[in-house]
Order: sequence, then C-alpha cells, then structure tokens
Amino acid sequence: MADVRAPMPGSGMLKGLWVTISTMFKTIFAPGKNLRTVNYPKERETPVARARGVIALDQEACTVCMLCARSCPDWCIYIEGHKEEQPPSTPGGRIKVRATLDRFDIDYALCMYCGICVEVCPFDALFWSPEYEYSEKKMGDMLHDMDRLQDWLETVPETPGLEAQ
Amino acid sequence: MPDVILDLFSNFWVALVGKVLLVALMIPLIGMVIGFAEMKLSAKMQNRVGPYFAGGRWGWAQLIADGVKFFQKEDLIPADADRPVFKTAPIWVLVGTVALFVVIPFGPDLIFRDLSVGVFYALAISSISTIGVLMAGWSSANKYSLMGGLRAAGQLIAYELPLVLAVVGSVILAGTLSMSGIVEAQIEAGYPYIIFQFVGFAIFMIAALAELTRIPFDMPIAESELVMGYLTEYSGFRFLFFFLAEFANMFTMSAIAVTLFLGGYWLPGFSESQLAYLGPIFLMAKVFVLVFVMIWFRWTFPRFREDQLQSLAWKWLVPLALANILVTATFKVVF
Repeated sequence: MADVRAPMPGSGMLKGLWVTISTMFKTIFAPGKNLRTVNYPKERETPVARARGVIALDQEACTVCMLCARSCPDWCIYIEGHKEEQPPSTPGGRIKVRATLDRFDIDYALCMYCGICVEVCPFDALFWSPEYEYSEKKMGDMLHDMDRLQDWLETVPETPGLEAQ
Repeated sequence: MPDVILDLFSNFWVALVGKVLLVALMIPLIGMVIGFAEMKLSAKMQNRVGPYFAGGRWGWAQLIADGVKFFQKEDLIPADADRPVFKTAPIWVLVGTVALFVVIPFGPDLIFRDLSVGVFYALAISSISTIGVLMAGWSSANKYSLMGGLRAAGQLIAYELPLVLAVVGSVILAGTLSMSGIVEAQIEAGYPYIIFQFVGFAIFMIAALAELTRIPFDMPIAESELVMGYLTEYSGFRFLFFFLAEFANMFTMSAIAVTLFLGGYWLPGFSESQLAYLGPIFLMAKVFVLVFVMIWFRWTFPRFREDQLQSLAWKWLVPLALANILVTATFKVVF
C-alpha cells in the first residue's frame, strides 16, 4: 500500500538544498566525473554526427529553383543565376536550357539554423554538417559564398539511406 | 605608525576622508569577491566549470574584466526618461549600502561610529535603497521598469516589518540598541543570541533575502516577466552601481545578522586583546558563511509568486516575529 502520510512541511526545501550542495561538492572534488561542460578552446567536444552546425551546398545538384531562399524565415540566402543554352544531346534535337548558379550566399549572422532550406530542397543540394567552428571577427565575414559552402560538403556525414527500400 | 600619520588622522576631517575612502574601496572589493564566489559556486552547483579564462587561473579576474567592460559601455538614457531622477537613482542605492558600514563593529574598537541607536539607524538607512529602486523604476519611462519598481516598493515595505520585529528579540536580550553594545552583551552572556533567538534569526534572514530582492524573492527583476525590472533601461557604470550595491548589500545585511545573532567579531575562548586583531577576520568568516547560504538558496529555490510573497510576510513572518518578541520579553522579565 502506498504511503499515505503527508511529507513533513518544508522537507522538499531541505531536499532541494541537499541536491545543490551535494552537487557542488561532487563537482569540486570529482570534476572529471561530474562536469557536464568542457573548457571550450582548450578541450573540444565532438558533436553528434547529425548535429546542425553549418549548411553545405552541392553546386552540381542546385537548379536555382529559389525554393530555399523563399522558404527561409530570415531571408538569409541570396541566390543569383542565369540560363545557359546547351547544345542538344542528339543531333537535330532541341536546344536545352540549364540554370546555372552565379551566387549562392548564406549569411550565418542571420541564419537561425531552422533547417527549412535543407528540408525544402527538391534536388538534395543542401546538407547539414556538424562543423561549428566558423566564428569571425567581423560580422560581414559570416556571409559564406558558394565556394565556401561547397567546401563544407566534405564534412557532411554519410546519409544512412532510406528507411524503406 | 609614525606620529606624523597619527597626528594627521587625529584631525576629524582627514580621518573622515580616510574612512570614506576605505569604505569606497571596500565596497567594490567585497562586491567582486561575492560576485565571483556566486559565479563559481553556482557553476559548481550546476555541474559547470564557471569562469575560467580571465586572469589565467580559475578566471579570478572575471569580475575585474566585467567592471572594465561596464565602464567602456555607453551610458544610455532613454529619451522619455526623467533625466535627473534616472541619473541619481543608482547613487541612492549605493548610499544606503555605504551608510550601513558606519555601524558595523568589525572589532572591539573597530567601528566607524558607535551610535547609541545603531540597530535603529541600520534598519532605517537600509530603506534608502528602496527609494533608489523606486526612483529607477519610475524614471525609466518603461512599463517593465515601473512594474519592477512598484513590486520592489511593495516587497520592501512588506518585509521591512518582519526585519525590524525580528531584531527586537536580540535588542531585548541585550538591553541596548548600540551594535557594539549588543556584541558586548553577547560576550558577557557567553553565548551568541542565535541560541535563544533562532526564530528571530530565521525571520531576519528570510526578510533580508527579500530586502535584497534576491531569489527566491526576486520579483522586482523577475527576468521571465519583467525583462530586468527596474534595471531594464540601465547600462554602463550606472548598472554597475546597482550590481555592486546588490552584492555589497548582501555583505552588510549578513554583517548585521552576524552582529545581532551570531556574536559579531567574537568567538568563544579569545581574549579582548586577541579579538582586537582577530575580530575582523572572525566577522568576515561568519559573514561569508551567511553569504554562502544566500547564494546556496538562490541556486536552489524557484521564485515566489507575488501573492505568496505578500502572504508569507503578513500571515507568517509578522505574527511569528510578534510572538517571538512576546516570548523573549516574558523570559527576560521572569528570569
């Protein structure tokens, strides 16, 4: 049978005080076991593989559809492109028009890491990468151009593949 | 000390300037020590490291760096603010703190001025900072500031009463209002008054926490509701003034509690001549124990609700303190 007696009034307060002070002594005397944070520039944590650190761009896959730029809540993606005519694949065929990227910038000073652009991309051109060390002294340098975004692609972990084949 | 310096300090005005400078230097120092202790201890209570970068080891220079940072910042005054009131409010808050140092006995002879109504003076002067807080809230021309200021006024008025009533027990036992007189009475009795005045001590500490507007009584600056309460519009060194006053007030309030209930600079087994040198150290040690308890409370308990705060003061602390006075007075007369 459950204990129906009410706890002593104020016992909850004492319990709380005990939690904080015991945690304090544990952290002071056994920091290795109890610290939940690291001395960042000296020690580093490895983020989990699917952490949202930075967004990488696959320039080859991008079709300049602008869906990411339009869905961005912060309007921090800047895209410019032009149409390029390509020779027909078969002789006498129709001339193909291909959209080419001129500019693809993400302003990480504005980005709020919601990931809507990654989700909305219909051609899998945007990926999350767990890299996080790209702070800058000047705010303007937080604007990553398409080449820098392409470089992040190397740090993107392997996709686990579709769940249902 | 050479006679020249002693002669110089026998001049009233030179001595006065010297004492004022001493207190003016002590307040930032104490504020920094307590502020740093709070940062480090709160970190340990939450399994964190705390500041560790500034100053090389343990981040000991963190508070100095913070102070320098505050002085570099722009002294913003809102366009609609009541400028003279807004500008002087932090000074009033700090004045209340500085004035409290006058009556704290650091040793048998180490007291700035042993007023015969020391306790009364301490409790009265600590209310000055209430005016400063109310001025800050009113003059900021900001609804959060005004709400914070009014909450502070309501809270400080409500808790002034239990604070004063809790002290009366000790005053009855000692038979004097002088701060050093109360310590001497405790030395004569041979025990600190906390033994018979535990209720008074507990009420005093709870009311002191509320007077300091510290968690769990921090409704005036309740961050989740009022941004930063009456501090919302303050920046730069004016904010620093409030910040220092808060930490220095923790010290002075604890010092008063130590003097009234824990025997002040006295520890059993030490003679008067030894206490002249060791007294300040004992007082500091006792004060820092109480300051630690305040920090400990802050990182343990959640904030009260405004009505809970008021009912705690009026329904529990005031009647308890009155009963405490009654019982103490009866025992004093009977035995």
